[in-house]
Amino acid sequence: MEEAILKIFAQSITRYFATVTGGEAVLGTPYLSDNDSESIAFDFSAIIGITGSHRGNIYYTAPREKLHALLPLIGESAPDERLCAELVGEITNTISGNAREQLGAGFMISTPFIIEGKLVSVHAAKDTTCYILPVSWNSHSSRVLVSLQQSPATS
Amino acid sequence: MKLLIVDDSLIMRRAIERSLGRSRFTEVHTATTGSLAVDMFERHKPDVVTMDITMPDMDGLSAVDLILKKNPEAVILVVSALADKATAVEAVKRGALGFLLKPITAESIQTAFDNILSY
Repeated sequence: MEEAILKIFAQSITRYFATVTGGEAVLGTPYLSDNDSESIAFDFSAIIGITGSHRGNIYYTAPREKLHALLPLIGESAPDERLCAELVGEITNTISGNAREQLGAGFMISTPFIIEGKLVSVHAAKDTTCYILPVSWNSHSSRVLVSLQQSPATS
Repeated sequence: MKLLIVDDSLIMRRAIERSLGRSRFTEVHTATTGSLAVDMFERHKPDVVTMDITMPDMDGLSAVDLILKKNPEAVILVVSALADKATAVEAVKRGALGFLLKPITAESIQTAFDNILSY
């Protein structure tokens, strides 16, 4: 299940960057978060809760520099902290919503919750495995964190 | 022409307004939830509405229902990240005249907007 799910989110994030930037996001090898308080968050993170056919959460976390580089490409000529927070939320929302193309309408997504601060630790949803997808665009790193399991009724 | 942009994302509201061109509208209003969208629609009677789906409080498809109850001629373009076919079909069944999938570009929103105006 994990490989198929990761592939879906890999496609979603590469599609986002291809559409918005006209360039290519390069994905690194996914790896498991150790679920301890490893600080894998960058300056801005957004989390979306997943319910329905699957249970868990999706994070996207990016450093300020990457968001400052992205914002002008969507027409924001004066990047600031608020826009960085908004953008990370919008990216998380987009990649999660786009995953429904393969996962279907039963893959229910919440509105994003934004977290600011490099020191924030990221935790997987309870009883789920958290995979980290490294994303590189224009020499900037970011991460998609996928922490999902199929809901019992749909397993 | 009056425009109402409904999206809980500031980035998206600004991108849509910028892409469509502020100067073509006499008024541009925004809302961040479905229920605020219904209020704004009633108050300002926009000619066109762009509507996100996943929002706090009330989702966009519920707002589409309520807006069309108030005005069956309302022109609504749904702009959403929800990529399953069922959602797009549902949006149109409820009366939206178009469905545009995020991520958007300036070109994609302009084309979708022009398409729904031609109905």
